[in-house]
Amino acid sequence: MFAAKQKWTRVLVVLGALALLAGACGGDEAEGVDPDVSCEFADLNLVTAGTLTVATGEPVFPPWMGVGDDVFDVPESKTGFEGALVYELAAKMGFADDQVTFVRTGFDEAIAPGPKDWDFNIQQYSITEAREEVVDFSQPYYTTKQALVSIGGTAVIGASSLSDLADARLGAAIGTTSFDFVEDVIEPNQDASVYDDNVDAIAALVAGQLDGIVVDLPTAYFMTAVQIPEQGADGIIVAQFEAEAQDPDNYGMLFADGNTLVSCVNAALAELEDDGRLEALEDEWLEQGGDIASISE
Amino acid sequence: MQRQFFSWFHFKESFPDVASGFWLDIRMFLVAEILILSFALVLAMIRSLRGPAFFPLRAIVVTYIDIIRGIPMLLLILLLGFGVPALQLSGVPTSRIFWGVAALVISYSAYTAEVYRAGIESVHESQRMSARSIGLTQVQALRFVIVPQAIRNVIPALLNGFVSLQKDVALVFVLGVREGLREADIYNARTFNYTSYVVAAVLFLLISVPVARFTDWYTERDRRRRQAMST
Repeated sequence: MFAAKQKWTRVLVVLGALALLAGACGGDEAEGVDPDVSCEFADLNLVTAGTLTVATGEPVFPPWMGVGDDVFDVPESKTGFEGALVYELAAKMGFADDQVTFVRTGFDEAIAPGPKDWDFNIQQYSITEAREEVVDFSQPYYTTKQALVSIGGTAVIGASSLSDLADARLGAAIGTTSFDFVEDVIEPNQDASVYDDNVDAIAALVAGQLDGIVVDLPTAYFMTAVQIPEQGADGIIVAQFEAEAQDPDNYGMLFADGNTLVSCVNAALAELEDDGRLEALEDEWLEQGGDIASISE
Repeated sequence: MQRQFFSWFHFKESFPDVASGFWLDIRMFLVAEILILSFALVLAMIRSLRGPAFFPLRAIVVTYIDIIRGIPMLLLILLLGFGVPALQLSGVPTSRIFWGVAALVISYSAYTAEVYRAGIESVHESQRMSARSIGLTQVQALRFVIVPQAIRNVIPALLNGFVSLQKDVALVFVLGVREGLREADIYNARTFNYTSYVVAAVLFLLISVPVARFTDWYTERDRRRRQAMST
C-alpha cells in the first residue's frame, strides 16, 4: 500500500515535469498560432492564389489609412496605422507590395456569418465575444488608450499629470470604459458628468459646462476631426493616458469563421511585435511621433 | 427576477450614490416649485384681467402658455441647457442645474397657470362684482378677494402638479447632471443589475405617496368644513 503510494507520487512528479516542459515549449509559440497550419507562401489559404485580398471600410480615414494630403481614402498609399501594418504583415508572410489588393466592405456586413470574398478585414474591429461566435479574429494589433479631448480656452489645456486634472470638470458617456476610467483612475474632485452619448458630451463641452471629455484615442481622433468642428469649435486632443483602463477595447483583424490564414497572420503579427515594429507604427501614426502628450501619473 | 431587481446586495451597494443624487433632485424640486407657484400665479392673474386695456398683456400670456405647453419638456431642457450656453453670451450663466431648473419652471408655470385660472373662474362672478363695487381696482379684487378663494379650490390640482414635477426633475440628467435616476442608471450600466432602479423608485415613492395621501386628506377636510358652513 505504502509502496504503491510512493509510486504514484513519482508518476505525478514526472507528469508535472512533463507538463512544465510542454508549457515552456508552448511559450515559444506565438498566441493564436496553430502549429499544424503551414504558413509557407504556397500553402497560404487565400481567396485568390498569390494575392492577399484585404478588405477595409469605405472610405478609410486618418489616422488608420490614407494619411496625407493627396492620399485620402487611398489604402494603397501604405500610410496610416492600419495601412502601414497591412503591408508589413504581408511582407512577413512573403507578399510583395503589388501582391496586396484592397476591397471595400461595410462595417456590419463583414461581421455577418458566411463565406467571404476577401482574406481578412481590417477597420478597427473590436474583439468581442458576440462577434467571435460568427467570425474569427486575429490577436489584437492595437489596445485602445484613453484620451482627453477639449476645446481651446479650457482649464485642462496643457495638463501634464493626473493632479493637473483634479479640479477639472470632466465628462464621459454612460456605460463606457472611459467613464470608469475617470472615476477609478483620474478621480477628479468634482464627480464626472455623465451623458447618454458622446454627442451630448460635446454639446456640454461647447456650452462651457465641461473642461474635457474622456474617450478612447480612436474616438478622440474622430471627435476632433469631425464631431467638434461640426459644432463650430476647435477640438484638441489634450493628452492620452498611459494608465490602462479596465477592459480596454482590443482591435483585431476579422476572418471568416474557421479560416486557417488567421494562424499565419498571428505568426506575422507576433514577429512584428517582437522586433518592435508594431510599437513603432503605433508611435508613428497614432501618437504622431509624440505630438500628443502623455499623462502617466 | 429576484436577483435582477430585488437583490439586497445591490440595494445596499447602489443606495448611497442614488440617495445622494436624489437629494439633489429634492433641492432642485423645492426651488423650482416655489418659482413655479409664484410665476404661474402672476400669469393666471394677468390672463384674468378684463377690458381692452389689458389685451396686449393677455395676448402675451396666452401665446406663452400655448407655445410652452406644446413643447416637450425634454426638448426644452436640451434647448436651454445646451443651446443657450453654447451661444456664449457674456453674463449668461452656463450652469446646467440653473438651466435645467429654468426649463422646468418655464414649462410647469404654463400648466400651473391654467390650474390657477380654472380656480379663478370657479369663484362666482358676484365676488368680483362686489369687490369692484366697494372700490377695489381689478388687481386688488383679484389679489384680495378672488385669488384666496381660487387657490383653495385648486389645491388638490396643485398638489397633483407637485407629484408630477417631483418626478420630472429627474429629466435634467440629460444635461449630464448626476441626480438620483442617473446614478441608478450608472450603477445599472456597470453591473447590468436593475436593483438600483428599484432603489430610485422607492425614493421617489417615499415622497409622492405621502403627498398623494395628504391631498386626499386635505380635500376631504375641506369638503367637510364647507358642508359645516353651509348648514
